[in-house]
Amino acid sequence: MAKFALTVNGKSHEVDVDPDMPLLWVLRDELGMTGTKFGCGIAQCGACTVHLDGQAQRSCVTPIEAAAGGEIVTIESVAGAEAKAIQDAWVKHDVPQCGYCQSGQIMSAVALLREVPDPSDSDIDDGMTGNICRCATYVRIRKAIKTAAATLKG
Amino acid sequence: MQFLFDKDKAALQSEAVREPIEASRRTILKSIGGVGAGLVLGLQLPAAAKAQSGAAAVIKGDGGASTFAPNAFVRIAPDSTVTVLIKHIEFGQGPYTGLATLVAEELDADWSQMQAQSAPANTPLYKNLAFGVQGTGGSTAMANSYEQMRKAGAAARHMLVEAAAEAWGVPVDDITVSKGVISHKESGKSGKFGDFAEAAAKMTPPSEPSLKDPSEFVLIGTHLPKLDSRAKATGEATFTMDATLPGMLTVLIQRPPLFGAKAKSFDDTETRKVAGVVDVKLLPRGIAVYAEGFWAAKKGRDALKVEWDETGAETRSTAEIVADYSQSAATTGKVVKEAGDAEKVLDAGGKTIVAEYVFPYLAHAPMEPLDCLIEANESSAKVWAGCQMPTIDQGAIAQTLGLRPEEVKIETLFAGGSFGRRATPVADVAYEAATAVDAIGRTRPVKVIFTREDDIHGGFYRPLNVHKMKGAIDAEGNITAWDHVIVGQSIMEGTPFESMMKDGIDPTMVEGADDLPYAIPNFRASVHKKTLAVPPLWWRSVGHTHTAYSTETFLDELIALSGKDPVEARLKLLGDKHPRLTGVLKAVAELADWGSAVPEARARGVAVHKSFNTYVAEIAEVAMGEEDGVPRVHKVWVAVDCGVAVNPDVVRAQMEGGVGYGLGHILYAGLTLDKGRIMQSNFDTYRSLRINEMPEVEVTIVKSAEAPTGVGEPGVPPIGPAVANAWAKLTGKRVRNLPFAPIES
Ligand code: FES
Ligand code: FES
Repeated sequence: MAKFALTVNGKSHEVDVDPDMPLLWVLRDELGMTGTKFGCGIAQCGACTVHLDGQAQRSCVTPIEAAAGGEIVTIESVAGAEAKAIQDAWVKHDVPQCGYCQSGQIMSAVALLREVPDPSDSDIDDGMTGNICRCATYVRIRKAIKTAAATLKG
Repeated sequence: MQFLFDKDKAALQSEAVREPIEASRRTILKSIGGVGAGLVLGLQLPAAAKAQSGAAAVIKGDGGASTFAPNAFVRIAPDSTVTVLIKHIEFGQGPYTGLATLVAEELDADWSQMQAQSAPANTPLYKNLAFGVQGTGGSTAMANSYEQMRKAGAAARHMLVEAAAEAWGVPVDDITVSKGVISHKESGKSGKFGDFAEAAAKMTPPSEPSLKDPSEFVLIGTHLPKLDSRAKATGEATFTMDATLPGMLTVLIQRPPLFGAKAKSFDDTETRKVAGVVDVKLLPRGIAVYAEGFWAAKKGRDALKVEWDETGAETRSTAEIVADYSQSAATTGKVVKEAGDAEKVLDAGGKTIVAEYVFPYLAHAPMEPLDCLIEANESSAKVWAGCQMPTIDQGAIAQTLGLRPEEVKIETLFAGGSFGRRATPVADVAYEAATAVDAIGRTRPVKVIFTREDDIHGGFYRPLNVHKMKGAIDAEGNITAWDHVIVGQSIMEGTPFESMMKDGIDPTMVEGADDLPYAIPNFRASVHKKTLAVPPLWWRSVGHTHTAYSTETFLDELIALSGKDPVEARLKLLGDKHPRLTGVLKAVAELADWGSAVPEARARGVAVHKSFNTYVAEIAEVAMGEEDGVPRVHKVWVAVDCGVAVNPDVVRAQMEGGVGYGLGHILYAGLTLDKGRIMQSNFDTYRSLRINEMPEVEVTIVKSAEAPTGVGEPGVPPIGPAVANAWAKLTGKRVRNLPFAPIES
């Protein structure tokens, strides 16, 4: 066990945990923030995606040791023009089915739009291939990203 | 529109549900193999299928405000919010929205005042009218609720109108209701539902409330936004994985590596050294590690040393199982359906095709790994789970803990997918959770969590199947004989669903094959049932997952042999006896402009299939993919006839999802056994469809006034054969061994 200081959604926390513990479980079990999901634990599905220093990151394979000190943003408070546009587009197109993958999808989509404001189909493939949706809502994810990009262009 | 969080409304709900008059019941006691030594599942089935509902009631809230509860499904609050108690689980197929739509339609409510909330476990009130237990499956949510929920809404409306008529001193017939407003035109009086909630509760519920004619529908058939989209786009939706209780322990169970094996002995010395591990117990289905949080539980479990007793376990490899099935497939099985003399025609020779198909075991792999939260004491238990079969889970937990079913309260949370996995007739996860909480003396709440590896290794698969097919055509290219042999496992045998088997035949093994709609004079379908320790389960569209593939690709092969057009030939074989199949086939051909020029280096294939009383035809356009032997599917056209499309956008979403789910497995997924061990363990080896592999999907809904049927599953069966038929056109290769891609391990 060791003590780690971390900043999540602008708030500082201190946790006393196993240095190997993935950020995912620090968020969920230690801080009680359950918006970030567990889907595979091996960086295959993207359900656990958070932003670490602005980059989309798989929190299930990010040991707390590596994440401590960074700025972590989760689905609970992801904000800004891109996030709003994405979440609104997600509702507009009724993207979610079971909804379990969608926190991760949205975190990846926001990161994508921040980097590529007007993504092509292949940009969307590149940015979103790491996120599995077992309900296969992909048609609508693609549509919603395009809608969000259009909203941002104004 | 909003989704109501269960916690806030739990009190409202439990008060509102009146204990129904005890119906005469029969108790089915059934020994369940494979669950645990000696477990007896007490499953109570109501004898009469008569719909019951609690009496009208007023429920007093904290501030003395009154909520109108006209029946078991509708709650109208003083602020006019209408909450619909949903008896079906929401894991993506839209019952929260769909069932609320039915109530809102007959109530003449405004969509913005509607809310949805999960109904508690209470079989008499909330059973599925299609199978008599409370549960979701077989794409029945809409079909069995269509009348029931409309009547619930109509009854509430009737009582509100009576209350308003009395208050205003005007005749009932002069009152109109529209968009949540009750009005009397002449006097200019109007009011909202909430204004009459208390008075309405004193009115007598109508015994047979009259329902609208479909031509009068205002909400049904329109695009209403889903009630749960916002909560699911903000991370607020609560899944079982997210539910916690004070003092809760996380439990991971080390289950046997082979199906049918049992723990002989274990050493937990290292496990107990892991910080956060609280206890280790031997349970009937494995060794449970109890810890403060997931990570400690996982590290603790990784450190366990277990010796297994493998006597009686399945120790064969996939190749041996397939060889055994294949040998059986060479002979006729138990005949399910026969017409004419297929054997004689086939023996006479001429133009014939013989084909063998192999379908692998498949895991459902719902996005949210399986889980169940339970707290218990000596006299009651409370469960939070994505519970697909409340009656069965409730019975299993009660039995395990020595309680009566009504002493087990279940709160059904959103589930992160199921595809059938949460509907085990043996209540595997609920049972494990009950044994886990019991093993520590019911002292603390426990949450049993599966890792993805546990899920993939855990059994309850779409069973492996081998099909052998023989067909003949005559000189004019007419199909003269068809012989279909299916070898697989029974899903129902040995479970409470066994009563649905007839003459020892499990209908889920042959559905879609024995009722082939095509006019073929000499026909035979037969089945060989195998018994293995690998537990099988229904998997999104069940038997149709393999029968649609074998029948629609084999038919395509025979049609190709005759040189005819795949759509034309199918239409001819359907004749005038199957108007709804013909309807979707024509609709999809029109949508895709079948017969027009196909882009270079691409080909199209078609398939049509009925499942769960819904008719779906699909056309797929494919090209060579990047991987050897695996197509890139560019576009899929879908035509669906599901009766009245209550929410057309939900229907479209289910067709898109069904295409994606079916396609991912047909192309990439399969489970293999090596000396009994499942060789895949996570999404690295059990491959899932990803966004770059998803085709464009265009859906047309065939207009219909028939009662609605399900849409969760029927989009799945046609996609495999449509793609395979397109691939055969493109490459000349008939894929009969699934998946297309090599299985990784
Ligand atoms: S849980 Fe992290 S990628 Fe799947
Ligand atoms: S919405 Fe269910 S997994 Fe994506």
